[in-house]
Amino acid sequence: MSNSHAPRTTIQRIGWGTTVVSATLVFFFLMAPILAIVPLSFSSSTYLTYPLPGLSLRWYEDFLASDKWMLSLKNSLIIGVSATILAMTLGTLAALGLAQWKSRFKPLVLALVLSPMVVPVVIAAVGLYFFFAPLGLTGNYAGLILAHTALATPFVVITVSATLQSFDMNLARAAASLGAPPLLVFRKVILPLILPGMASGALFAFATSFDEVVIVLFMAGPEQRTLPREMFSGIRENISPTITAVAVILTLISVFLLSTLEWLRRRSERLQGKG
Amino acid sequence: MVAAVATGDIPLKRRLRRAERARQFRALALVLPLLAFLMFTFLIPIGGMLWRSVEDPEVGQAMPRTVAALSGWDGKEVPGEPAFAALAADLRQSYQDRSIAGVAKRLNYVSNGLRTTVMGTARKIRDLPAPGTARETLVAMDPAWGERATWSALKGASGPVSDFYLLAALDLKRNMEGSIVSAPEEQSIYVDVFGRTFGIGLGVTALCLILGFPVAYLLANLPAGQSNLLMIFVLLPFWTSLLVRTCAWIVLLQGEGLINDLLRWVGLIDEPLRMIYNRVGVFVAMTHVLLPFMILPLYSVMRSISPAYMRAATSLGAPPAVAFLRIYLPQTIPGMGAGCLLVFILAIGYYITPALVGGAADQMISYFIAFYTTDTVNWGLASALGAVLLVATMLLAMVYGKLVHGQQNTGGLKN
Repeated sequence: MSNSHAPRTTIQRIGWGTTVVSATLVFFFLMAPILAIVPLSFSSSTYLTYPLPGLSLRWYEDFLASDKWMLSLKNSLIIGVSATILAMTLGTLAALGLAQWKSRFKPLVLALVLSPMVVPVVIAAVGLYFFFAPLGLTGNYAGLILAHTALATPFVVITVSATLQSFDMNLARAAASLGAPPLLVFRKVILPLILPGMASGALFAFATSFDEVVIVLFMAGPEQRTLPREMFSGIRENISPTITAVAVILTLISVFLLSTLEWLRRRSERLQGKG
Repeated sequence: MVAAVATGDIPLKRRLRRAERARQFRALALVLPLLAFLMFTFLIPIGGMLWRSVEDPEVGQAMPRTVAALSGWDGKEVPGEPAFAALAADLRQSYQDRSIAGVAKRLNYVSNGLRTTVMGTARKIRDLPAPGTARETLVAMDPAWGERATWSALKGASGPVSDFYLLAALDLKRNMEGSIVSAPEEQSIYVDVFGRTFGIGLGVTALCLILGFPVAYLLANLPAGQSNLLMIFVLLPFWTSLLVRTCAWIVLLQGEGLINDLLRWVGLIDEPLRMIYNRVGVFVAMTHVLLPFMILPLYSVMRSISPAYMRAATSLGAPPAVAFLRIYLPQTIPGMGAGCLLVFILAIGYYITPALVGGAADQMISYFIAFYTTDTVNWGLASALGAVLLVATMLLAMVYGKLVHGQQNTGGLKN
């Protein structure tokens, strides 16, 4: 189907040309913020303006030397990794169950499981704030990890379910009929096949937690401020060039996550193409 | 097999049914941990928020005698001496156990100034008034007690549940006769805020559709290699932190920012344009953040449109524009519908972006929910505004679910 709209007549050529030009402008719009902020982070000046008076790495040094930013990086990693592990466990189990479960309640359960993706975060944040505060779950890691896990699990359920859809359940049945106990079937047959889906889900889960700021705004104490939370205050007060350096580092992390995801997708496409 | 032989006398049908039941039970057991987790971290908290939007406990708890005395009051005239005596006793008691502040705050929501009335009177009552003099004593302390409106406010706040906050979230209130009327103009802001929220949502959705359509069309009609490469331009911003993008837009759009510098350098403007901390900034930044959510569903639908239809139309003599409008465009409607709904649903819940790039007049409903939760601690109103937003989102999500159901990208969950 590709190349199907290769222009033939003049009018088609004009139409295609307009598409290409407008799409290019939109691509530029999409990339502009990232393109604009990268050079500024290497500026030697305190002012965020072009042309750059000179190049330097001082803002990166600033970031690395700052206790505040290092604490927030550590917090982001602790919360992100813990939430990812929890979300992976709960989400994978649920996806395995949902793939086999037949019930008229299934659409309802599904809607419930996916609802954290749809409900505005501010509502979840307010509800959790009211509910967790009396339980002593605000102002510490535990509450934030639980909240981020809730937001992240739908992504794991979706990605693992997508892998399970192309997974032939007869393989598991074959293993079981050959005498493998359920846990062995899971470990030797199911797990290796759904691992790419779990990995994609984990990336989504980590990205969700790593980028989340609303819940952190409501529930974190000064000791649990994450990178996005620190950026939020930084942007509110005054955008210092250090923030642009942090932004570039965060963007690099996104590039890394995205490339891993893309690699996983291509790999599974290739494997499926072979099968 | 051994088991099957040993139980050979049980009909096969029943054994199969039993095995299936066991399988279903195991499947459910796998889903249960997540359900229990979400119950604790999502459903109960949000349910609690919804409960707070109708809960109205302060007056009922702090002033039980007054509430009891008012239970048979018809609201037509200022109640009699027993109610005043009960009020005096309650004010004195709740001042001592410090529950009076909640009452004062709650009544002040009804009418500005009642806080002073309640606190002032409570402070003055040292001893209970002599029997039969409660009314004159209290009215002497604050003439507001002699007004029907004050008593009506007390009665309306008797709790334990009321529609006070939900009505307030829609700029409505109950008048002294108990019927629902519009709130006074100076208190009527939330309908405007909801209107603004939906307006910004619609504007952003329209912008995303206009900008996203050509991109999705291009990506869907290029050879796979090229479109995968160009897809990076969509996915990279999509994966970039929201804070990073918001920060970048401020740097680009501010008075001394890149775009103003560029426009001045070209000579198009002399004075810097105001493009940030106003509606322009909100539209630009939100469209940027939400554009991928439009492009991706549009793209997936456009890829599945067979080129044969367009070829058939042109070969039958339709001019390209007509073929596009009447053959191609209708086939993209599921994609446009899904993309628009998704963008709109996400847009009306936005908080961070408008908070950072908008001005005071551009704040959306989420901002007010957060504000009443943490700044002024009016949890009832915060919850009521949240309840309205939640209902709107849920209704739209249901439409979205119906729309996407039957399309292929259900993630394999609807089999």
